[in-house]
Amino acid sequence: MNGPQDLGGSHGFGPVMPEPGEPVFHAEWEKRVFAMAMAMGFTGTWNLDGSRAMRESLPPAEYLASSYYEIWFEALEKQILASGLATRDEVAAGRSLEPPAPVARVLTADILAPRFRAGFPSDRPPGGPARFALGDAVIAKVMNPVGHTRLPRYVRGRRGRVEAVHGAFVFPDTNASKQGENPAWLYTVAFDAAELWGPEADPGGRVTIAAFEPYLDPA
Amino acid sequence: MTHDHDHAHGSGHGHHHGHGSDLTPVEARVKALESLLVEKGYIVPAALDALVEMYETKVGPHLGARVVARAWVDPTYRDRLLADATPAIAELGIGGRGGEHMVVVANTPDTHNMVVCTLCSCYPWPVLGLPPVWYKAPAYRARAVIDPRGVLADFGVGLPETTRITVWDSTAETRFMVLPMRPAGTEGFPEEALAALVTRDSMIGTGLPLSPGSEIPA
Repeated sequence: MNGPQDLGGSHGFGPVMPEPGEPVFHAEWEKRVFAMAMAMGFTGTWNLDGSRAMRESLPPAEYLASSYYEIWFEALEKQILASGLATRDEVAAGRSLEPPAPVARVLTADILAPRFRAGFPSDRPPGGPARFALGDAVIAKVMNPVGHTRLPRYVRGRRGRVEAVHGAFVFPDTNASKQGENPAWLYTVAFDAAELWGPEADPGGRVTIAAFEPYLDPA
Repeated sequence: MTHDHDHAHGSGHGHHHGHGSDLTPVEARVKALESLLVEKGYIVPAALDALVEMYETKVGPHLGARVVARAWVDPTYRDRLLADATPAIAELGIGGRGGEHMVVVANTPDTHNMVVCTLCSCYPWPVLGLPPVWYKAPAYRARAVIDPRGVLADFGVGLPETTRITVWDSTAETRFMVLPMRPAGTEGFPEEALAALVTRDSMIGTGLPLSPGSEIPA
């Protein structure tokens, strides 16, 4: 969706503000939000793409005015309600008023380290041959889906070149809404900065994205 | 222990304390949600504590620094790392969630690399830990792709005009780490001394490694 998350190339946000000696978390509640989001994701009730879709569907003004973990928390609460894991009354009360819904898995301390060390790979066997090869000229499609997508606005309609073919991966656009993993070939596509930003762009600069095959047309 | 809230009001939100509690609204809501989810049996507090501990104390940029130092001293390792990063990083016992599909890109005198996620906050957790606030905030995500040289200036980094910049936007599950150039004057340094020169930002591409003499462990 053309939501507030799609920030590449936006102006007016001011300088980047590094924080020397920054702690991993800035408050106790941030730790709990982070860990709850991880643990609830582990239950398998939704997937990573669904979490991202929920976060970017917050109203733009709210998204931009919120801190990172506030966004995570709002999205987590919405996800729990939308999935039927709890009711609005229960969330307001902070206690269970109805029997729990079944979940596929529960993250326990003993399995945390091995499960996170193994990771959750999202590469999949391809459904067919790759359409593009190394060096191919491609154009990022002009598309404006209202649902989740990982094709940023700033490359749409722009011409680039395939620099790597990574294999087939879970396709976020359908996976986010649980319409299937639909593995799609994934490429590194490089764009000249001038193609994206015009003659004022940094000379010789380039921007690469990781682009799923359905995002690309031959140039 | 981690359930005792520490009165740190962190991000400066929620200034109103209500209902006779000293919790801010967001703290109260987070606490209520955790209680509910625990009671439902969806989450286990001990696992949450362990998650926090893992990313506060175990997983962090010291791991990526080991990878960089190894690549600096071992040319064949460097080749493997640049050709297929995930198994090369796993050789050092490093990997996992958020780094299942690693790509390492090497800086050269001609090309500087910088990593961003314009759409959210994708970041190579197993080698760098959780991302800093600035990496997740709009200013960096907006500007890295359109004005990388200006962003570098915000970090106090100036590159020669002849150095071209490639920005890697992490739009899928591939995760990027920069292999910075080995600093001059480090010939013969052992790996541990080299790793101490590798900063987090130098592996994101918003910084450069430290110079020898400024950060050599005793």
